[in-house]
Amino acid sequence: MELLWILIKIIIVFAVVMLHVMYATYFERKVIGHMQVRMGPMRVGPHGILQPIADGLKLFFKEDIIPTVADKKVFYAAPLICLISALSAVAVIPFFQGFAIANINIGLLYIFAMSSLASYGVVLAGWSSNSKYSFLGGLRSSAQVISYEIAMGLSLVGVMMLAGSLNLTDIVNAQMSSSWKIYLIPQIIGFFVFVVAMLAETNRTPFDLPEAESELVAGYCTEYSGMRFALFFMAEYIGMIIMSCLAVVCFLGGWSGPFEVPGIPFFWFLLKVYFFIFFYYWVRATLPRYRYDQLMALGWKVLIPLALFNIVLTGTIKSLFG
Amino acid sequence: MPENRVESKGIVKEDIAYEPYTIAMGPQHPATHGVLKLNLELDGETVLKCTPHVGFLHRGVEKLAENLSYAQTLPLSDRLDYIASMANNVAYSIAVERLLGIEVPVRAKYIRTIVMEMARLTGHLLWLATHALDIGAMTVFLYCFRERENLLDMFEEIIGARLTTSYTCIGGVRQDITGHFLESLYAFTEDFPSKIAEYETLIDKNRIWLKRTQGVGIVTAEEAVSLGLTGPTLRGSGVDYDVRKHMPYDAYPYVDFEVPIGSKGDVYDRYRCRMEEMHQSNSIIRQCIEAMPPGPIRAEDAPDLVMPYGVQKEVAADATFSSGVIKLVKDRHRYMDGDVYVAAEVPKGELGFYFVSDGRGVPYRMHIRAPSFIHIAALSFLCKGQMVADVIAVIGSVDVVLGECDR
Repeated sequence: MELLWILIKIIIVFAVVMLHVMYATYFERKVIGHMQVRMGPMRVGPHGILQPIADGLKLFFKEDIIPTVADKKVFYAAPLICLISALSAVAVIPFFQGFAIANINIGLLYIFAMSSLASYGVVLAGWSSNSKYSFLGGLRSSAQVISYEIAMGLSLVGVMMLAGSLNLTDIVNAQMSSSWKIYLIPQIIGFFVFVVAMLAETNRTPFDLPEAESELVAGYCTEYSGMRFALFFMAEYIGMIIMSCLAVVCFLGGWSGPFEVPGIPFFWFLLKVYFFIFFYYWVRATLPRYRYDQLMALGWKVLIPLALFNIVLTGTIKSLFG
Repeated sequence: MPENRVESKGIVKEDIAYEPYTIAMGPQHPATHGVLKLNLELDGETVLKCTPHVGFLHRGVEKLAENLSYAQTLPLSDRLDYIASMANNVAYSIAVERLLGIEVPVRAKYIRTIVMEMARLTGHLLWLATHALDIGAMTVFLYCFRERENLLDMFEEIIGARLTTSYTCIGGVRQDITGHFLESLYAFTEDFPSKIAEYETLIDKNRIWLKRTQGVGIVTAEEAVSLGLTGPTLRGSGVDYDVRKHMPYDAYPYVDFEVPIGSKGDVYDRYRCRMEEMHQSNSIIRQCIEAMPPGPIRAEDAPDLVMPYGVQKEVAADATFSSGVIKLVKDRHRYMDGDVYVAAEVPKGELGFYFVSDGRGVPYRMHIRAPSFIHIAALSFLCKGQMVADVIAVIGSVDVVLGECDR
């Protein structure tokens, strides 16, 4: 019975996440379209509402091209590594009080582990394609993920110290019982570092170097086509959703809100996640792209020292004022 | 130097297994603005050597011109820098007029100056759009296209074509402009500086943009001159040279404008030069509209295309007339013997036409001094020691178009 309940939960969460991925692409095109004085997709269905379905069908029926010189097994595995690790991370996200597929005590570490694992997919895709652009994309990705994983991990140490737990549900509950209600206020430096690292971790503008289209054609996924490309695409969007969820859980008080919305316990959670996803699009429409060495400099010279300073500050305040 | 010995960032690497990572950027590449191919030799992300390969868009315009009359070659000049074809039309026309010794009516001079500056705006807008897109600023691209679209609509209003205009003709312009055109253009120029400010809000004070452009692709004034750079690419290095000022043509002597110059010669200075030039072009257009004189738009004695039905009659009357394409080249005019080089300032730089004429109705030899060709030759100098991402920024900043380079 317990197992069945978990399976049902998994299916529901999986379906909801996939639906979000589909419509995240649609809203990205719409939001950026309107920011750029154009309409975005308008043809498929009213206001292009069926566009994601058309895109999905198109990608599904496209020819699956495997380069002859590719390392085939790794080439097949790479997109799956990305997608599976991204989807696995969803398991520990608490969408509302008491609802998480796996309410484990090391939730935060688990998400870090999974997002690091996803970078293996990118690196292996770059390597196995045996294409020069893919290889450069893979190299950039490995360097980027190593640098920003550290900054991101350190930026959340402050939250762990305040909450005294790595369990995501406990972190939200600790925020609700704290005097600030959300950790955004005491952890503003940590939040800043986290948001920047979050953009880099998901390979989004201004840190979209691994797939910088004007430099490396499409980076690590240059040689991928059809459904395999779609897997990378989905993994990227799931990554965005997870990072948004993590930001909401760790800094914005998770599912808590100014008032209870009857019947929809996840209302505030979704609203905050949508805000972050909108923020991703907003940044994409506004900012140019960093250069590789500048990205590294920002990570190691600015974000990591800031995050370390934040830890020291949090520790000092916590020990002085309890 | 043996092949396995490579010097990068001051470190000499000697390793039998070491060889630079070569990558062929283009001709099918999102950021090479057409069909430019760059063979890059990389050490990590640092470019050791950059070899441009051109010729993928070669159509033999120079050779074609040897078999066409001067009036017939004009539409070929559209296909040089197809982003700003009006400017090429004007450049070609003034060159042929110099050869023929034709004086253009004042109204035509003003009209040409207007369309030349409009072409400069369309060229610079497309440059800014793609340059920003290459560096990753996506929205600037669409903002620029919004204004470029307005200008192209106005081109359509005066000649019916948007890109390959062939508007000028030898001795003037083909059609007169209307009051409505002047009004809508004037309204556009009133609005346009605020649009430039809008682009600048997105990129000019953006830290990432500044980091990506300042101190990248530096070329000093001496180097720029010796590389043969012209146009904003040269002026970004602080060399005050503009054909419009130093060898004025059309209505440029009558209008008041400044030539913006940079100081450091990096990508950012070249960017600033072009942005200032857009302001100057805007002001030139306004001055021309305000001073637009009435009168004829075409010189009396200018040669023109002879339409085929006219030739038919001629052939019937005069059976000894030479055959083939030359039939269409019935040309009463005697052209100057000797050679002439005339240049004009197009958005990319100094576009020059060099004619060797033997007095017939067709040039003995036409050479086009294409700024893009010379700028591409400078790429290997500019890109050396930069990073891959900087190569993209540098290509954008020298502003090349391959139609003109390969001609």
